[in-house]
Amino acid sequence: MSTRLSHGGRLTDRSTPVQFTFNGRSFSGYAGDTLASALLAGDQMMMGRSFKYHRPRGVVSSGAEEPNALVNLGQGDTHEPNARATTTEIFQGLKASSQNHWPSLEYDVGAVNAHLSRFLPAGFYYKMFIHPRPLWKHVYEPFIRQSAGLGKAPHPEARDPDTYEHFYAYTDVLVVGGGVAGLQAALEAGRAGAEVLLLEQTAHWGGRTPVDGGEIDGLDPDAWIEKAVGELEAMPNVRIRTRTMGAGIYDHGYVLGYERLTDHAPGQPGPRHRLWRIRAKQVVTATGAIERPLAFAGNDIPGVMLASAVRDYLVNYGVAVGDRTVVVTTNDDGYRTAIALKRAGLDVPAVLDAREYGGGALMDQAKEMGIRVETGRGISKVKGGKRVTGVATCGIAGSGALIDEIACDCVAMSGGWSPVVNLWSHCGGKLFWDEAQACFRPDTDRAPTGADGKPFVTPAGAANGYLYLSETLSDGAVGGRTAATATGHAAGDAAVPETSAPVEAAPRPVWMMPEGAPYEYRAKAWLDYQNDVKVTDVQLAAREGFESVEHTKRYTTLGMATDQGKLSNLNGLATLANALGEEIPQVGTTTFRPPYTPISMGSIAGEARGSVFQPLRRTPMHDWHEAHGVQWEPVGHWRRPYCFPKAGESSEQAVHREITATRDSLGLLDASTLGKILVKGPDAGRFMDMLYTNLMSKLAVGRCRYGLMCSENGFLSDDGVVARLDEDTFLVHTTTGGADRIHAHMEEWLQTEWWDWQVYTANVTEQYAQVGVVGPNARKVLEKLGGMDLSAEAMPFMTWADGTLGGLQARVFRISFSGELSFEVAVPAGQGRALWDTLMEAGAEFNATPYGTEALHVMRAEKGFIMIGDETDGTVIPQDLGLDWAISKKKDDYIGKRAQERSFMDNADRWKLVGLETLDGSVLPDGAYAPTDGKTRNGQRNTQGRVTSSYFSPTLGKGIAMGLVHNGPDRMGEVISFAAADGTTMTEARIVNAVFFDPEGKKQNV
Amino acid sequence: MKRYSVFAVARQALSNHQGWERAWRNATPKKRYDVVIVGAGGHGLATAYYLGKNFGITNVAVIEKGWLGGGNTGRNTTIIRSNYLQDPSAAIYEKSRSLYETMSQDLNYNVMYSPRGVLMLAQTEHEVRGYRRTANANALQGVDTEFVSPKRVKEIVPIINLDGPRYPVLGGLWQARAGTARHDAVAWGYARACSDMGIDIIQKCEVTGVRRDGDRVTGVDTTKGQIDCDKLGILVAGHSGHLAGMAGFRLPIESVALQALVSEPIKPIMDCVVMANTVHGYMSQSDKGEMVIGGGADGYNNYTQRGSFHHIEETVRALVETFPMVSRLKMLRQWGGIVDMTGDRSPILSKTPVEGVFINCGWGTGGFKAIPGSGWGFAELMARGTSPLCDEFSLGRFREGRFIDESVAAGVAH
Amino acid sequence: MLTIQCPHCGVQAEETELSPGGEAHLSRFGPGSEDQDFEAYLFFRENPKGVHFERWRHVHGCGKWFHAARCTVTMEVFGTYSAQTTEPPKALRDKISEKRPGWTWRDIA
Repeated sequence: MSTRLSHGGRLTDRSTPVQFTFNGRSFSGYAGDTLASALLAGDQMMMGRSFKYHRPRGVVSSGAEEPNALVNLGQGDTHEPNARATTTEIFQGLKASSQNHWPSLEYDVGAVNAHLSRFLPAGFYYKMFIHPRPLWKHVYEPFIRQSAGLGKAPHPEARDPDTYEHFYAYTDVLVVGGGVAGLQAALEAGRAGAEVLLLEQTAHWGGRTPVDGGEIDGLDPDAWIEKAVGELEAMPNVRIRTRTMGAGIYDHGYVLGYERLTDHAPGQPGPRHRLWRIRAKQVVTATGAIERPLAFAGNDIPGVMLASAVRDYLVNYGVAVGDRTVVVTTNDDGYRTAIALKRAGLDVPAVLDAREYGGGALMDQAKEMGIRVETGRGISKVKGGKRVTGVATCGIAGSGALIDEIACDCVAMSGGWSPVVNLWSHCGGKLFWDEAQACFRPDTDRAPTGADGKPFVTPAGAANGYLYLSETLSDGAVGGRTAATATGHAAGDAAVPETSAPVEAAPRPVWMMPEGAPYEYRAKAWLDYQNDVKVTDVQLAAREGFESVEHTKRYTTLGMATDQGKLSNLNGLATLANALGEEIPQVGTTTFRPPYTPISMGSIAGEARGSVFQPLRRTPMHDWHEAHGVQWEPVGHWRRPYCFPKAGESSEQAVHREITATRDSLGLLDASTLGKILVKGPDAGRFMDMLYTNLMSKLAVGRCRYGLMCSENGFLSDDGVVARLDEDTFLVHTTTGGADRIHAHMEEWLQTEWWDWQVYTANVTEQYAQVGVVGPNARKVLEKLGGMDLSAEAMPFMTWADGTLGGLQARVFRISFSGELSFEVAVPAGQGRALWDTLMEAGAEFNATPYGTEALHVMRAEKGFIMIGDETDGTVIPQDLGLDWAISKKKDDYIGKRAQERSFMDNADRWKLVGLETLDGSVLPDGAYAPTDGKTRNGQRNTQGRVTSSYFSPTLGKGIAMGLVHNGPDRMGEVISFAAADGTTMTEARIVNAVFFDPEGKKQNV
Repeated sequence: MKRYSVFAVARQALSNHQGWERAWRNATPKKRYDVVIVGAGGHGLATAYYLGKNFGITNVAVIEKGWLGGGNTGRNTTIIRSNYLQDPSAAIYEKSRSLYETMSQDLNYNVMYSPRGVLMLAQTEHEVRGYRRTANANALQGVDTEFVSPKRVKEIVPIINLDGPRYPVLGGLWQARAGTARHDAVAWGYARACSDMGIDIIQKCEVTGVRRDGDRVTGVDTTKGQIDCDKLGILVAGHSGHLAGMAGFRLPIESVALQALVSEPIKPIMDCVVMANTVHGYMSQSDKGEMVIGGGADGYNNYTQRGSFHHIEETVRALVETFPMVSRLKMLRQWGGIVDMTGDRSPILSKTPVEGVFINCGWGTGGFKAIPGSGWGFAELMARGTSPLCDEFSLGRFREGRFIDESVAAGVAH
Repeated sequence: MLTIQCPHCGVQAEETELSPGGEAHLSRFGPGSEDQDFEAYLFFRENPKGVHFERWRHVHGCGKWFHAARCTVTMEVFGTYSAQTTEPPKALRDKISEKRPGWTWRDIA
């Protein structure tokens, strides 16, 4: 059984017990335990079920590469699915449960799939469930989807109570990985004077070395690591972080770091995760290596584990995974596990070494300790169901003829080591195949290159294929120096630490054990544990022509599980290469993609949640609106009042009241969001003539003009009133949504096309508050404020004037978007609220009524004024809207003019703007189309027009609409039908002039 | 070709699956074909398939520089919908959607078309109006969509947060018969069916030049030698400009990176596809249980198949806001593909200035959903010189100013 | 996640500060120009695998437009220069020639 030993555990603190539950059962561990080590200490071997066959699965590794031991962590709002038990540090009260089974981990109905496995080979679903079609839709597909997934989904209404934050960091040298190579690299770079940031994904420095043993500078690894960390901490130019993973490397030295701040201590204040957004001049990837499993029958039975993991649990946590452990290895490292177990007083009945002549010094040491070593030997089959009970051994080369059976409760396997090349590869680093060590290694001649075209990533230590302690350290030093030098920091020739470790013999690559295993063994030899991909699946894919490694991956799902193939990729690749009769490097690898291990969505989103999801732009009157029951409408980043419903009033009623009050007496509109851009300079007039279709250069100082702007592609892009402030200066009004876009448009043309023109622009939208004072009593209320002559004579329509109104510095524009007598009053933003309050107070006797965007829209529609975004949609040209009068015929050029000369646009036969009036007074459905006879070549109904705006007009007491109708202006009086959303219900409407209200402009011109 | 069925699988199970034949033949190029298709992605393979099936043209080679289905066909978010505003778009995407419905049966290959429905959220008044208009247009185009209320949105997607403080959900455009399919299977299914008709699929064969006799195409040079043909179809998303350059004409195309990501798999929680264009994010759940999330496109030319992380960040931020329960899920993998963007963001299916050369490109961010419809129409265009599905998407539209602009109804994202 | 130096303010700008603006050195065709010239100006774009000249704006910085020479395959930025030019400066072209012998872009080499 799996137990805690009476002593040992370099990472655990036996004085601090920690209680937690797994599947509702109470467990006890120690501070420093991972969930996996604590469960093993409690003899909980089985930790989950596999994805496809629901096979019982135990933990197989001790780190980030874990494919099996995934758990649901926490409950309710803090529930997190798919947490790796091997990287989850336990804390008091932790609640975990296993995944992918029903009703329980021990008795899982889905396990029937395992018995059907011969009917469920790779890609079986592509070949089945095809006929009859309705069954797929109604039975098979829903069933497949219900059985999918791994972790428990959070509750639909779960609201994550934790916070997340982003960090920005700039550094000369980023070292990813805090093993001895990373520490040495950081020391070298730090000593050279470079700014260094060192990240380690676990809570501990030193990586594997303290477990694997050896001596550094005459010190025990733990002592050397402590000294190294101490030196780094003392350097002011070095920052070091544990529990922070290098998640991904992107172009130009951009690196994501993922710091888990409170996962191990949920009660602590502060954010849960922190996403580091790092710009590094140089990156050293000292990401270590991962041990490979071996492919033999039954290699997924709980108790079969990586040899290094068995050793880790023993040394780091004082946990014996089994009483009797058979070690099966292809290299010397496996012996370390045998030796460690034996030293701890545990039984190691045999080491099965696949190499004919066995290993080096470590083998000798094992033998001296009395451990039975069998060379040229392997496992043909593991016995057991939910737990290992023994192994059948065989010769490595044959087809698995039984040599003997060894009873055991743990199998420690070592298929050799693969450098972690993920980060190296994220941004284009290439690999080469190292035949001797049987692994892919970074090809430093083909490194990721940065903005300057030079390499910016240096692999170091085991991640660079230097697997033995002495070379790991020396390569770490080289990595640190290389990076420091590349950032302009001359590195000294500090001595690389002296090391002492046993000399190791060459490994033997073994991709299938035994090499001639028959089908029934191969069909039980797992490559990808989580996704249940076996050797036979890859072989089937090869047979069916899925010869590309990407095809095989996708067909079998090899390497696509939550571990992203950290354990399975190379074994799968080798199996495919063998099946195709090709060499491994010819088959190639799949692409490594970020992140290295999964990172929380919350950390990616960062602080920007809820009300700070996006910045909110507020007018000076925003708070007043808020206090007066406003119903908001988001417009860009602004909020604009849609209407101001009073108690008991629907929004529709409010809009009607606002319109009536404005038309009868006085309405006030917060127009502050309208874009205001100053265009100034000796060539301002010339520039304005290019920007607008109108002849703006001839606009007299003191006058206003309504103008149209098009894109170079000819489409109407924005409109608004231009005021000429002086000979050199124009004030451009844009739509609310258009301000930033139009300002950018101006700058683009000025800077990149007409850069010799002397023109400056400034977006002053937020510098001014602006209030529309609208209605028959508009002049009266402003006169009450006093300070300016606003009479019809002094200030005719389409003029502006500067002055003082009620003591406020003001600029008044006499313009109208409603057809009423109307002034727009602009004041410095800081006085906007004062102006508004003054107007409300002075207007009280006129029933001054604030109105919102909807009333604005209805009133403009009553007058037949177009609205950008309603009558236009990016496909409409001014000519379509009957705005030819605003297009100067005197100009050679304006932006969009050439485009409008193209055959499809310079064509009378287009949909054009008209008014539409239903015969029964009802409101036409907004956006409705008018079908006409016949169908298109594709069988769609032909159409002849569509509604662009449609409202109930309280002024006229009926529905009014505007629309674009094929040759509409030539068809006045004609009745056409518009289809409702069902496509069949028709509403008849007459084509009329779009100006429904006061066509003579009597109300406006007073 | 041996038919696939549950019985075939059962039979093979008894012989340890040793009897399965290759899904498609490994062809060596002949000297001459009637038609050469460059690009064995979904569009290229579908075109070849319908050339054979609808027009009896089977002396066809599909040439692929890498492995079939290895471009954007195998790296997209698999959304299939046809709720487009403009007639030409609605026509080709609806044809495509309807072909997806029966594709598994047509190809005898389960492409796992899942008509789970696509919901496009309206989060501004402008979007509400845009989607209402689209629903109205769709009714006349024979596309089955409806504009639904926030209450109905919540019923369809229980995990949605209707009342986000920034962009509350005001409704949505719902296409119940839209959905997803298994992207790789679409390429594999077409490849298998093509191969069965005698069409040659030639992988690891890169085109190095286009041979012409005057203004007429005569063949291509490839890394596997010269191949003659009467007609040449170019369907190489991400590399269209490159191939067009070889043939001697230019395209209104820029290639940019588009990104996507998936979460770790969780048990089923979301039964449809949701697109939120105001906040730039869309999400669905795969049959494996992963949340499949689409991000934005970079704005600069890029051939690296990796994009900028800030797009991922923006998308995830939007989705955490829209679906708060995803906050504690984890991103498993992100990747990028190279997409071709045209001047109006609509595709080009067209004859070209070189006689016999046809181009199908510019699908931007939305090519997967169009595969069967595009293949259907493009095969017709190549066989007959005209096709109702394609003619509006001609190259000439840019010169004439006859745009097909879908951004009109906020339907820009795919 | 690119960084590109703004030649106007000198800042090594993050991609998030920048706004891409497409192909550089386009010649505008206005009223009276041929259909095909106007079409080419507005729509046809260089789309090279390799050296490309393009426009950027330091939008969340100094606000200035500038030109950059960049490799679309490796993302290497060869250099940046003023937007107020009609062709890449010779020094930059020479620098690119050193790194990418034989490169061409439109009729520039």
